[in-house]
This record gives sequence, structure tokens and C-alpha cells, in this order.
Amino acid sequence: MLWDALTLQLGYNATLVAIGATLLGIAAGVTGTFLFLRKRALVSDAISHATLPGVCLAFMVMAALGGDGRNLIGLLAGSALSAWVGLLCMNWLTSRTRLAEDAAIGSVLSVFFGFGVVLLTVIQTMGVGRQAGLEGFLLGSTAGMLWADAMVIAAGGAATLALVMLIRRPMMLVAFDPEYAAARGLPVGRIDLAMMGLVMAVTVVGLKIVGLILIVALLIIPPVTARFWTERSDHVVLISGFAGGLAGYLGAALSASAPNLPTGPIIVLVSFAFFALSLFLAPVRGVLAAVLRHIRFQRRVHMRQGLLALAQGQTIYEPLTLRLLRRAGLVRPDGVPTETGKARSAKALRDEKRWELVRADQAHEATAALYDGLRDIETVLTRDQIAEIDRRIGGPQEVRP
Amino acid sequence: MSGAEFVPLSLTPLLIGIFAAVACALPGNFLVLRKQALIGDAISHVVLPGIVVAFLLTGVIAAWPMMLGAAGAAILAVVLIEAIRRLGKIEPGAAMGVVFTAMFAGGVLLLEQTDTSTVHLDVEHALYGNLESLIWLDASGWSSLLDPEALAGLPVELPRMGVTLLLVILFTWLLWRPLKISTFDEGYARTIGIRTNLLGLALVVMAAIAAVAAFDAVGSIIVIAMFICPPAAARMMTNRLERQIAWSVVFAVASAVSGYVLAGYGPLWLGGTDAVSAAGMIATMSGLILALTARFGPCRSRTGAPSQA
Repeated sequence: MLWDALTLQLGYNATLVAIGATLLGIAAGVTGTFLFLRKRALVSDAISHATLPGVCLAFMVMAALGGDGRNLIGLLAGSALSAWVGLLCMNWLTSRTRLAEDAAIGSVLSVFFGFGVVLLTVIQTMGVGRQAGLEGFLLGSTAGMLWADAMVIAAGGAATLALVMLIRRPMMLVAFDPEYAAARGLPVGRIDLAMMGLVMAVTVVGLKIVGLILIVALLIIPPVTARFWTERSDHVVLISGFAGGLAGYLGAALSASAPNLPTGPIIVLVSFAFFALSLFLAPVRGVLAAVLRHIRFQRRVHMRQGLLALAQGQTIYEPLTLRLLRRAGLVRPDGVPTETGKARSAKALRDEKRWELVRADQAHEATAALYDGLRDIETVLTRDQIAEIDRRIGGPQEVRP
Repeated sequence: MSGAEFVPLSLTPLLIGIFAAVACALPGNFLVLRKQALIGDAISHVVLPGIVVAFLLTGVIAAWPMMLGAAGAAILAVVLIEAIRRLGKIEPGAAMGVVFTAMFAGGVLLLEQTDTSTVHLDVEHALYGNLESLIWLDASGWSSLLDPEALAGLPVELPRMGVTLLLVILFTWLLWRPLKISTFDEGYARTIGIRTNLLGLALVVMAAIAAVAAFDAVGSIIVIAMFICPPAAARMMTNRLERQIAWSVVFAVASAVSGYVLAGYGPLWLGGTDAVSAAGMIATMSGLILALTARFGPCRSRTGAPSQA
């Protein structure tokens, strides 16, 4: 069943939804990256909630004019309009009043959504029979998706993606360093507004599939996931688009494979699964990598301290140090150093002395800054420099009784 | 309108609305000042999986398990946000966005998977509550307020919301000085021995309690609106915290009363027949108040600091 869904064998509607969700996921992942790097991820929450009154008003206007109130293009146009108004309100609140951005986001979100709920109840009492579809915009409803709806979503997603690609460079510059961008003469305010406009476009396109409450997840989770895997912004954009598209595709397929699996939430949960995997398994920034790095560091410290202790003839009691030394064949089980152990510990002590001289010498100031008690001195000084330092330490001297 | 009609039908929803609004607005003042306003948003989203899990475990729609479930989910969300923020070195806004959307999606999925057709539990109810249905059928007029028999039939949400409000007031009153100091100058608060981490957590937990109790009665949309709009509007009116809190209470009560009245009677005045959603209308009114204060409030503009947030 799942395999059928993954290979798009599960009927017309499921195929439409899967294609739409994939495109939506790619567009949302790519657009969301700029929002995330600009550290304004939650602005999308306000924008998406602000679409509700527009959807309702569009329905009322279309129904009043005698048309079909559920025309998707009309509803999406209405939602875009009210999301734009919400965005302008939020910008005005943050730039003209003392409110911080989070308060502006929260107030726009709750007020627009509350007003939308009022309009929803008005529509329910209007007595127009075919209003049932509107609640579907809250959480998305893919059951009755038509060919035309899928086309609207696909075209909207593709157009958004093309626009993002067109203005990705100025957006990236603003996301990283708005002051520098302003100094270069870029219109930072307008680029920000364009970024939000693109986010709004993704939100509007996604209303039908994942709904206005959960579209935020598609804009936030893939970029956060992608950030774990790379330090390069263009790679973040690519990986984020890929993760978003894959989540959309897998989620749509999963939800088609069994009853009672709503598409929107499943897509979000698949996306979250990718995030959780990345959080733990990513090569450099992941939790597992950090734990491994810590263990390796701990071992190096213990090893180094153990060797120094051996060189100075001290007995080692610390169990981890003993175990490490024994495993490396440097001490015998009773704690007495082997021949290699003696050689390595003598070298460690000499290195420590070399470092001491380097750190006391003004001429080696830059090198001395690299000292952390673990670094091998051969990695920072040439053989000649080490020989020079060794001359200052001097060779072993005869001890006269 | 006579007491015989007003007391049973409108008094209790109105009081519950006012209590909920004030209980959310009080901690909201500190959250807005600390730039944590969206915690309320996050909490109100994760309440849904909390109550669904509580329902699955107990099998009944009862107040206490659900409130416990919701509170548990809220605390879990706060812990997860903090963990993701620290483990993944992700900025707090994005961490919050990841956690609450995923938990909300989980809640919706659980709800769809379980058979809740026999009970009243759905997403719409969770979002915008049902303030209008909290009526007091045993009352027959103002005299019922003194009648113990009729008082026993009060909707349970009213005393529960009242207790929550008292708790919030007590919390704010007892911890007034530390809260005020740590909100404005965290470094100074630490040097005089206030444990700011603990205090911050206590504030979030208090907000969660207010949110969960209010959510049970009026839905999450009021919760978010009341956490942010009245304090934000009050912020435009004054530069003193004491007055800001007083203003926020005034605004919260004003939006609750005007919203409820407009939702109930507004459509009738306009020639309609049915009421519209009271919760949505209260949120809308709080937004109108915020818009007015943002346009005309005496302390609306930023002084000193540049506009970059």
C-alpha cells in the first residue's frame, strides 16, 4: 500500500496531492531559509494566521455576487490581500511604535485570526449552503482536490520559486548583514518586504494542502534541518528545498496509504522526523557528533596527563587514565610503564618543557597563543625551530654523587 | 434587558470572559516587556496534544485530567524549546516554531486517529472555545446570586477561572519586586541575589496555568490575544510599570465586555438573527484598542534607542 502510494499508483487524487505537496515543500523550504537566516522565522506565523479573514471575506463577496463561493483562485486572492494587510500592520507596529517584533507578531496573529473566526460564524449564519469547505483552510483538506486546484498550487509554487531565485542574492545579503547591505545602497526595507511577500505567497499556496496553522512548520522546520548539515548559505537553501520537497512527497504518500491520516499534519511530522534525525546525527553540529567530540577530547586530556604523571614517576590512580594507557600498551596491568610508555612519557615531558620556553619567549607570541595543553608542538613549529628550543633546554647531564 | 434574562444567559459568560482576559493580561505584561510574548502563542498550540493525550488515557472528557494533560504538554514544550535551542544552537524563535507546530500536528493526528465522534472534542472547539454555552440555567434573576441552591448550578468554569485569576494576582503581588527588577535589568537582579532563571521559569509556568485554565473555558484564540494585546496597548499609555498593569487590566476588561456584547447583540442591531463568535469578537476588540493606542497613545513612540530590534 505504502509502496503504491510512493510510486503514485494510488489513484488520481492521491497523485495530484503528492505532486502539489512536493512542489509546495520545495518552495516553502527555499523561501523559509531566508526568513530563518534573517532570524524572523515566526513572522510567518503572523502572516499565515492573517489569511483567515481574507478567505472569509472573499467567500462572502463571491457568494454575494452570486458566484461559487468556493472558487480557489478567489479565496487565495482574498487571503493574500488580508495577509498583506496584516504584514503592513506588523511592519507599522514595529517601526512606528515602541513594540518589539514579537509583540507585533502576536497581536497581528491573534487579532486577525479572531476576526476571521467572527467572519466564519457570520458565514455559518448566512445560510449559504456550501460553506462547509472553509474550515478546511484551518488544517488543510486534500480530499476533494481538483485538477484546477492542483494547477493553481503548482503554478503558484513554481512562480514563487522563480522569484526567490531572481532576488536571492540581495535577500541573502540582507539576511546576513543588514547594515552592510544598507551601506552598499540596497533598499533593505523593500527587500525585507519582498521576502515577506514571498513567504506570504507560499502561505497562500499552501492553504489548501496543509492549512494556515501548520504552513508555518513547512517554512521553519526544513531550513533549521538544513542548517545542521552545512555552513554555506547556498547549500542551506538547496538542502532545505530538498528536505521540504521530500517531506511533502513522503507525507502525502503516507497519508494516502491509510485512512484517517490527514495530509497536513503528516507532512509536518515527517518534516519534524527529518529535523530530529539531523539534530542527533548531523556530522558537525549534531548532538552525536558533539558527544563524540567531547569523549575524544576527554581521552586526549587523560592520556596527556597520564603520560606526564608517568614521566615524573607518580602513581596513577584514576581509572579512566589507567585504562587508556593500558589499552595503548603504555603501562602494564600493575601500573608500571612499558618501554614504549617510558619513551612516550619522556617525549611528553620534553614537549611540555619546549612549550614552556615557547610561551615565555616574546618572539613566539603568536605560536604561544595556540597552546592548550594538548597540541603537539610539531604541528606548530618547524624542525629547525624545535632544534633551536632544544638547544636552549640542553641535553641530559651527568649526575655526580 | 431584565435581570431574569441577563443573569442566566449572559452574566456567567461575561464574568468568565473578564476573568480569563485579566488572568492572561497580568503575566502578559511581563512577557511583553521581556520579549517573550510568543510563549503564549506556543503554549496555546501545544495545549491541543495535551488534552487529546489526557482524553486517550482516561477515556472521558473531564476537566482535571485535561488540565493536567494541557499543563504537562505546555511544560514539555518549554523544555523541548530550551533543549533544541541549546543542543542545536538555534535561535529561540525558530526553535519555538519547530516545537509547537510539530506538537500541534501530533495533536491533530491523534485526534483524527481516535474515535471522538461521541464526545465533544475537536480542533475548532480548541481554537475558539465556546463562551456562549457557559450559561447558568438554574438562575432566575438577580436574586439567584444569594440563593445557594441556584449557585450550586453555576458552570464549573466560573469558579475555576476565578481561582486561577486569584492565583495569578497572588503570584504577581508576592513576586512584584523581583519580577519588576529582573524584567528591566536582569544583570542587576542577579547581583542582588535574585535567581532570575528560576523566576523566568516561574513566570512561564504561571502563564501556562493561566493559558490552560482560560483555554478550557474560552479557547486558545482569546488566550493569545489577551497575553499580548492589552499589555501592548497599555505600553503605549505610560512609562510606569504600575500604571501599565492597571491600564492592561482596564483594556482586558473593556475588550471582554465590549466583545461579548457586540458578539451577542451586534448582529441583532444590524438586523441579523444569530450571534457571532464571542471569543473572536473579544480578540478583535482588543486589536481595535491596540490600534487606537498605537495611533494616539501618549507614550507610543520609541525614545532614545534606535528602531532596530
